[in-house]
Amino acid sequence: MSILIDKDTRVLVQGFTGSQGTLHSSQSIEYGTNIVGGVTPGKGGTSHLDLPVFNSVNEAVEQVQPNASLIFVPAPFCKGAILEAAEAGIKFIVCITEGVPTLDMLEVKKIVDALGITLIGPNCPGVITPGVGKMGIMPGEIHLPGRVGIISRSGTLTYEAVKQTTDLGLGQSSCVGIGGDPIPGSSFIDILELFEADDQTDAIVMVGEIGGSAEEEAAEFISQNVTKPVVSYIAGQTAPPGKRMGHAGAIISGGKGTAEDKIKKLNESGVVVAKNLLEIGSTIKSLMS
Amino acid sequence: MNLHEYQGKEIFAKYDLPVSKGKVVTSLDEVEQACTDIGGSRWVAKAQVHAGGRGKSGGVALCDTIEEVANFTKKWLGKRLVTYQTDKEGQLVSCILVEECTNIADELYYSAVVDRSSREVAIIASSEGGVNIEKVAKETPEKIASISLNGKDISQGDIEKICSTLKLNDTQSSQMENIIRKTVSMFFECDLSLLEINPLVIKEDGNLHCLDAKINIDSNALFRQKELQEMHDPTQEDPRESEASKYDLSYVSLDGNIGCMVNGAGLAMGTMDTIKFFKGNPANFLDVGGTATQERVAKAFKIILDDPEVKVVLVNIFGGIVRCDLIAEGIVAAIDEVGVEIPVVVRLEGNSAEKGLAILSNSSSKIQSKNSLEDAARTAVELAR
Repeated sequence: MSILIDKDTRVLVQGFTGSQGTLHSSQSIEYGTNIVGGVTPGKGGTSHLDLPVFNSVNEAVEQVQPNASLIFVPAPFCKGAILEAAEAGIKFIVCITEGVPTLDMLEVKKIVDALGITLIGPNCPGVITPGVGKMGIMPGEIHLPGRVGIISRSGTLTYEAVKQTTDLGLGQSSCVGIGGDPIPGSSFIDILELFEADDQTDAIVMVGEIGGSAEEEAAEFISQNVTKPVVSYIAGQTAPPGKRMGHAGAIISGGKGTAEDKIKKLNESGVVVAKNLLEIGSTIKSLMS
Repeated sequence: MNLHEYQGKEIFAKYDLPVSKGKVVTSLDEVEQACTDIGGSRWVAKAQVHAGGRGKSGGVALCDTIEEVANFTKKWLGKRLVTYQTDKEGQLVSCILVEECTNIADELYYSAVVDRSSREVAIIASSEGGVNIEKVAKETPEKIASISLNGKDISQGDIEKICSTLKLNDTQSSQMENIIRKTVSMFFECDLSLLEINPLVIKEDGNLHCLDAKINIDSNALFRQKELQEMHDPTQEDPRESEASKYDLSYVSLDGNIGCMVNGAGLAMGTMDTIKFFKGNPANFLDVGGTATQERVAKAFKIILDDPEVKVVLVNIFGGIVRCDLIAEGIVAAIDEVGVEIPVVVRLEGNSAEKGLAILSNSSSKIQSKNSLEDAARTAVELAR
């Protein structure tokens, strides 16, 4: 078992026929992901990438029985798209779109939690189980099936960690980009819990960044609940306070969310923090041998 | 997106919150009329900038004559105000808010903010206002009430808790309930990420009054807040930062001399950290985004080179979906187009990186291509010395 995506995952793509949906769906199919169809309102009954297009998630659920949804719809419509999938009974949703209003997510998060749904994102690269399938925009070829679980708030920084573990021959069990927004669907803790329980994961890399207190909360959780070795890297050690560093969530405000505080808390919780970006792979390797 | 105090108070007034009678002046000629319209014989003049700490920096004045208001206006309008929250250049004062004078008996603190830990909107209120709330939280936490809403709902018990922390009497408590309910409605209807009233004052007549207004709007929600979007004041931003945002480039200027161009916000921060690790100093944070086209790469170069401190540019691209050979062509064309005179160190990784590196090594002598971030960062740091 890996986490979130396995050979039984049947993926529906919402926003299937748009440019992003088309590009990333075809790359996901090429990677071996079992995409069973897509939704674009008004285009139901047609076919796209040799797969059926439906007007609604409900229609798709009736006809092709997806158990996961991958969302590319524009930000103003993401709340509606996530809730549509949730109400249609889909239990695993990945939302890639960047720029979803925070108060939309506040509302969505309550509903998906109440329904027992796992939501990853928004504003994230998605999820991949190397060699099995991917739901997201990450480049498949840098991954290697292996035993390190990777969780990250950032896209390209995840690729950096992936590349280092691939180059060292460790490979990855699954990689999850939880996204850089203030209210993400899943937190570090949610994914740490999955990796801790996963037989195929021997060690975990957690890539964090400045802003908020998700890393501090994760540190607390790790000290109580995670027995596998965890290596972390915190981006933004040189970022000035009060400035939003790209991601909506990456901002040091009111003296909170600094890299220094996060690193201190992680160290206290038994997490090994890589001193710089270049040492993520070698640090995890030293803990695994 | 931040608003000025006067804009925040305009919205407060729409929600029937108690604010001072005031006028905004953008030229000296408007001062007399503004004072006459407001009436009374004392006024408060406040420089409008997107930063706190104005009072301590001379940006707020109590004026006993119209002449004093005019003098304050002459002193500050079009000038830059430096406070502990601004950089050393300060912020441009593009207008002055003139208000009637408020007689203050006590100063309180009130704010509403998206609390990431509880994933709810939280209200923070304190009996100690007009000061730094983080300091109050650290030194006298008993003076602070912090409440998480349940969606848009707040319980009567929580309202009572806030009122008792603020030590309000019955009349004031019902005014406070009104302020809480209306600010919560405003928070959701206007897509705010922060609403702060510091100080919220008790006037000498015993009534509650909003003496300041600080509002941040969620930039992701501006598509449905057109009216608020029009309140945007670009003069309050670094000109390079606002120029970058027009092209969907995310840029933050810093005080070093190594210009950075990176795809992805996390990797951009990681690149800055790596430069610092090798004892260099980044001149900026710049995320060219996932779809780095030639046009955007060119624009990014222009913005980076506009900073006279920059001695070398470090480009760090991890090609995911983006192909590095296309990026390389973009970089070469951009360097030709912009006329780059300083060294450019490029690290390409991922999708078609080798092809990209080949394109770079066959082009301008200004470019040094490296296939590891470590090499690239070390080289950039050496060249910047």
